[in-house]
Amino acid sequence: MILIVEPMIPALRRYARALLRDAPAADDLVQDCLERAVAHWHRRRADGSPRAWLFAILHNLAMSRLRAGSRRCGHVDLEDADPAAVSIAPAQESPRHRRDILAALDRLPEDQRQTLLLITLEEMSYADAARILDVPIGTVMSRLSRARTRLRAILDDEGEGRPRLRRVK
Amino acid sequence: MSMSPIGEVDLVAYVDGRLPAGRQAEVAAWLEAHPEAARRVEADRRHRAAIRAAFSEVDDEPVPVALDLRALAGGRVRPEGWRRTGIAAGLAAALLVGGTGGWVLRGPGETPVQAGIDALSREATASFTVYAADTARPVEIGGADRAGLDRWLSQRLGSSMRAPDLAAAGYRLLGGRLVATAHGAAGLYLYENDRGERIGLLTRPMRIERTARMRGFEDAGVAGFSWAERGFGYSMVGGANVEALHPIANEARRQLTDGPVT
Repeated sequence: MILIVEPMIPALRRYARALLRDAPAADDLVQDCLERAVAHWHRRRADGSPRAWLFAILHNLAMSRLRAGSRRCGHVDLEDADPAAVSIAPAQESPRHRRDILAALDRLPEDQRQTLLLITLEEMSYADAARILDVPIGTVMSRLSRARTRLRAILDDEGEGRPRLRRVK
Repeated sequence: MSMSPIGEVDLVAYVDGRLPAGRQAEVAAWLEAHPEAARRVEADRRHRAAIRAAFSEVDDEPVPVALDLRALAGGRVRPEGWRRTGIAAGLAAALLVGGTGGWVLRGPGETPVQAGIDALSREATASFTVYAADTARPVEIGGADRAGLDRWLSQRLGSSMRAPDLAAAGYRLLGGRLVATAHGAAGLYLYENDRGERIGLLTRPMRIERTARMRGFEDAGVAGFSWAERGFGYSMVGGANVEALHPIANEARRQLTDGPVT
């Protein structure tokens, strides 16, 4: 169990942080997820992917947490956000680019954001993402399509040097 | 050309590089003839790279101690957070108690496949797995209202119930709740020690094996001891450590035997 789950912890942390946008809260969520995984390991379907199973647990925990009212911190102004959560990624990306993409993600509807993150960030197969989100594959595809259209509208139509992203609602 | 028309789904999968090689090439060729779509795909790919870069720092961070899987699997979990939420949940739950409907202790004439102490052990494992891991609301009535909890469970189980005092073993009463089992209602008491480790005691009336000696069991990371006395079954369960649990179960049995359980 440990041999299978342990290598996935960084990815779980990454997805949790992308969803909650608050590093300590995200790790807390991953801890809940791991505790559940330990307790329910014997109950997962033998034929399913353990990775999808773990992400489904994490996803459901994140959803109940978001629903419970502690809204994700992505809606805090980025200037006020936890520095650990918005720390600058090394090399390639400029700070501005990074802020722009984070702010744009925050403006996506929740279901589109989750889907996009699972596919893009976590490289989930469309089928696994459908299982995790508990929707048909067709819904995954249409959410992806809509999420990307929306990102384009937010990021590209506003010109390279002039992002209108002060207003993170 | 006999190629099937390029649809939105193709473009989505193209951005993710998930098309079969042949189709990928078809889409690429199609995009050359459709600069507007090509521009969109190009933007999507840029955004995709940006999203991945934006969260790449997590990969380089050391995994926090709290996420050490070995420790979690060993049951050494979170000291403070649990306690706080447990108490808060207990208080919140205490406010909700009052309006409870009627219940039926046993279904008429059902023949359980697994019965007696073994069924009890399994029910205790199931309830403990669900509720002890609950960070938000592990119990319905908190340990602060021990008398109220005992009164309520006594009423629902039709016999005088009393939560054993396990303070000598380092466990304080977190609280309790009514749970459903295949054999009717059962009471579940949860205890917690200073390290945040939890143990549970499940009790319900027994139809068969109304008196039974203590039996140890281990199932799916949960260890336990079950016994029955004077028509009531008891199952003490905890995370994995059988040796540590045995004396605690003995102590609970001693208190329950000496007590007014009838």
